[in-house]
Amino acid sequence: MINIVWAIVFVLVAPVIGGLVAGIDRKITAHMQGRVGPSILQPFYDVGKLFEKEQTVVNDTQTFYAICYIIFMIFTGALFFAGGDLLLVIFALTLAQIFLVMGAFAANSPYSYVGAERELLQIMAYEPMVILTAVGMFVATKSFNVSDIAATTTPVVLLIPGIFLGFLYVLTIKLRKSPFDISTSHHAHQEIVKGVTTEFSGPSLGLIEITHWYETVFLLGFVYLFFGFNPLIGIAAVIIVYLLEILIDNTNARVRWQFVVKSSWLIAVIVGVVNLAALYLLSGGLK
Amino acid sequence: MTYLAKSPWIIHYDASSCNGCDIEILACLTPMYDVERFGIINTGNPKHADIFVVTGSINEANREVIQNIYNQIPDPKVVVAVGICACSGGVFRECYNVAGGIDKLIPVDVYVPGCAARPESIIDGIVTALGVLEEKRKNHISSPMVTDHDHKAHHKHAQGGAQ
Repeated sequence: MINIVWAIVFVLVAPVIGGLVAGIDRKITAHMQGRVGPSILQPFYDVGKLFEKEQTVVNDTQTFYAICYIIFMIFTGALFFAGGDLLLVIFALTLAQIFLVMGAFAANSPYSYVGAERELLQIMAYEPMVILTAVGMFVATKSFNVSDIAATTTPVVLLIPGIFLGFLYVLTIKLRKSPFDISTSHHAHQEIVKGVTTEFSGPSLGLIEITHWYETVFLLGFVYLFFGFNPLIGIAAVIIVYLLEILIDNTNARVRWQFVVKSSWLIAVIVGVVNLAALYLLSGGLK
Repeated sequence: MTYLAKSPWIIHYDASSCNGCDIEILACLTPMYDVERFGIINTGNPKHADIFVVTGSINEANREVIQNIYNQIPDPKVVVAVGICACSGGVFRECYNVAGGIDKLIPVDVYVPGCAARPESIIDGIVTALGVLEEKRKNHISSPMVTDHDHKAHHKHAQGGAQ
């Protein structure tokens, strides 16, 4: 059932948590590289600064697309935390991402174009695995509703361990972490300048950063869903998964987009489909 | 409350520098000096930048590039000329193809002399630039759109073709 209170809590609290997660991420990254690193509140300073800057756009519709991107990302996360339908959540997520791509295509700039094309490839790469995750959760808990999956006593992760690993693989793509930060990066990779965000500046870039915080919280909520049977294990798992992502981020270089698409589809087919088939056969088909 | 001084993102452009100052700028990013602790990020994109750090002097090949980068940085913005070549042209001042320091082309806010400028003085220059940046924001000073229409080639400059 839809729970409006959780949706409101998400809208208000998610940027704070997401920003702090980003700040802690940067601090841990700096320590891993033997540096002191910025303050944990640095992401908030960055976004605050971006809103103090002048808004320069090549094409006015860019701002519109950036606003649509954040609105649909908030909708995705709010629907998820309110306990809505997982499939609808995934479709809203894709729609949000498409708005970012359109915003990048709206500016006639080669780097923005390369970034947008790579963003599309990235969506193509992770989408099968994300849909398989929803299907896997349905097979494990007999429901597509997030509220039911989160409240289940079934140890979901033990039924679909393969799908969990596959989801972790595409999570690296979704969080824009190396080696899969092919469309844009928080690191100093400059081969494609800033990729999909090249032509966004000032406030609209600030909106994209805030959207990224919302997205991080939503994705970590998705990880929690695998461990819904025990909240303590769930929260511990979310923290471990994110630390693992930071470690992967710092020990890998950006790969080619061909590898991203091929490997994530291969992973989806091998671990996702095999896991699903095994679960289906063992439970004697869907009843 | 202002955030501008807490999160200065720089774009670094090597305008005919000998690479000496560039190496020193890169040294600022290493664990030894770690400028990210001040929130300073070296971004490769003028549209995300607040501070334009230029090394080396102006020549015929890079004057358009410098103007293009400068014009693309959203306001408020400051320019830091790093190294004596960027400040005045340095030992290359008399060269037929060198127009001089960066201030011949775009308004420069902070000069960091040295050959090569030391990382400490570069960081000092950027921190000084933060004050200028904050002042520009407070007083709503918008930077001019720079153009090169009064540019004349040096009288000894090759006009193309064999001479």
